[in-house]
Amino acid sequence: MASVKLDNIQKTYPNGFKAIHGVDVDVQDGEFLVLVGPSGCGKSTLLRMIAGLETVTGGELEIGDKVVNDLEPSKRDIAMVFQNYALYPHMTVYNNMAYGLKIMGLSKSEIDERVKNAAGILELTDEQLTRKPRELSGGQRQRVAMGRAIVRKPSVFLFDEPLSNLDAKLRVQMRVEIKRLQESLGITSIYVTHDQVEAMTLGHRLMVLNSGVVEQLGTPIELYERPASLFVAEFIGSPAMNILDTKISEDGESVDIATNIGLALGNGGLPDYAGKKVKLGVRPEHLQLAEGSENSLPLTVTLVEHLGADTLVHGHFGEDETDMTVRRSGTLKTVPGDKLPISITRENIHLFDAETSRRIDL
Amino acid sequence: MIENRPFLTFMAHTVLILGVIVVAFPLWLTFVAASHDAVRMSELPLPIWPGTHFFENLDVVLNKGLWGGDGVGVSYMLVNSMIMALMIAFGKISISLLSAFAIVYFRFPFRMGFFWMIFITLMLPVEVRILPTFEVVANLGMLDTYWGLTVPLIASATATFMFRQVFLTIPDELLEAARIDGAGPIRFFIDILIPMSRTNIAALFVILFIYGWNQYLWPLLVTTDQDMYTIVMQIGRMLEAGESVPQWHLVMMTTLLSVLPPVAVVVFMQRLFVQGLTETEK
Repeated sequence: MASVKLDNIQKTYPNGFKAIHGVDVDVQDGEFLVLVGPSGCGKSTLLRMIAGLETVTGGELEIGDKVVNDLEPSKRDIAMVFQNYALYPHMTVYNNMAYGLKIMGLSKSEIDERVKNAAGILELTDEQLTRKPRELSGGQRQRVAMGRAIVRKPSVFLFDEPLSNLDAKLRVQMRVEIKRLQESLGITSIYVTHDQVEAMTLGHRLMVLNSGVVEQLGTPIELYERPASLFVAEFIGSPAMNILDTKISEDGESVDIATNIGLALGNGGLPDYAGKKVKLGVRPEHLQLAEGSENSLPLTVTLVEHLGADTLVHGHFGEDETDMTVRRSGTLKTVPGDKLPISITRENIHLFDAETSRRIDL
Repeated sequence: MIENRPFLTFMAHTVLILGVIVVAFPLWLTFVAASHDAVRMSELPLPIWPGTHFFENLDVVLNKGLWGGDGVGVSYMLVNSMIMALMIAFGKISISLLSAFAIVYFRFPFRMGFFWMIFITLMLPVEVRILPTFEVVANLGMLDTYWGLTVPLIASATATFMFRQVFLTIPDELLEAARIDGAGPIRFFIDILIPMSRTNIAALFVILFIYGWNQYLWPLLVTTDQDMYTIVMQIGRMLEAGESVPQWHLVMMTTLLSVLPPVAVVVFMQRLFVQGLTETEK
């Protein structure tokens, strides 16, 4: 059990490329933090720096109140689960889990107890313990990789996209198991993924990274409800948030969504932005069908996707044919070419500065 | 490719059978010659079916030797050859494993420089550097010793290169997992790398054992003491037996004996040999 503290952590490669531009975060004891972002955003690099597999070139890294910048990975009291599992192919499952313990110098009985215990938690049978990793299925290998982490009884678990090699069904199942396991063991965990559903469901807090910069750090609901930047707004949520190029009216009281269609802002409006361009974001699930309402957008339907529980309608509106996606629960009977009247409500919009892409608070 | 064309099958078999005959016929003649006596071997035409003196010849070659004089057989030469071939094979494998390990897993100045230095020794086999190498071995007092026979032949660019390629295919995550498990470089080398290169080591062992066993020129130079002679040298020496007619039946028996150990190595390690050279999945 330990907290992890990152204080202005930076990474500059010898060739001058700066991968991480100063990250600060305080991961509480027992917390599940998810690092999320598109490929190349530096999330894996950051995790590997915490693990000790990459050097830290700036800032201070603390695990359990101890600065570990220059400690070997094995001395940091961590365990890591790799994307491709990194199981030793020539060893049995049992030996894969026991290898680190043997090096620690634990007694045979202690090793046996820990391995059996981990196998029990992960529902690995005794027969499976005697097999080689290649004789196991993807999900079972995943369990072994987690078992290898559990037996070390570390203070911190590090996960590097552990589910991305599994098929969709297994991924959902293992996601639930990881969550359950982390909660029952109560071990501080840092988890890297590019999948925002995984991030939202697993993490107590999420850190969204973009090009080595932290875009936002917060709980899943905070990120969903109050994205701090356009990047977070587009990244969190599926299907992605609709982003419209709009303008604040000259009096600053409303936002002009399309010709003749404005949305009153209330609350005194945005006088600072009067007459300026802003980006307006609205989630597909927050768009309403407005039969007969005069303030509605006429959406020309181009594609309909029936997901069963939901229907996704893709279309465009206005002279510049702005694309928009609508998500309605249940089955919506519409076909390409139809005109759907769509309304946007004041509570569900997010405004972003057109230049800095940061959130504008209303 | 799965095809069922009788004519192609027939052709393939014909070619393969012809190939086997071309390779096996000289060996058959060796065996036949080794089973006749001296008188029969001096008559023409030479026999193509086995005679009745096989075990008699075997006894002579192993225990009494060839010429009238010394009465020493070749059995100890088989032992010498075996020791030499094993030392060369194990020596080459150990040195190459270690140098490939250093080149692939450690970042040190002039790393690639060292790699290319090892690589260009491919162009310097013992035949090219024979005089300086002989002088070094002589000055070190290693003439007529097993060390003198083997050490100059041990450095191997081919094996180093092969192990380098093998190590490069082993995913980095395994090294990282081992580091998190607390394994240092030596442990990683012994516990992970060597077991994972098992089949490659076996394949290389077959090749290097045969290379060591077949050495002729170098043993000829560094051994003057008959106790250190190798079996391959002995065949050459038997043919130079003074003025007399070569005793072909005994020469052929010695040849047959010298062929057996490499054949045995290939036969017993065949499966690993093929795996080691073709397997790519790690």
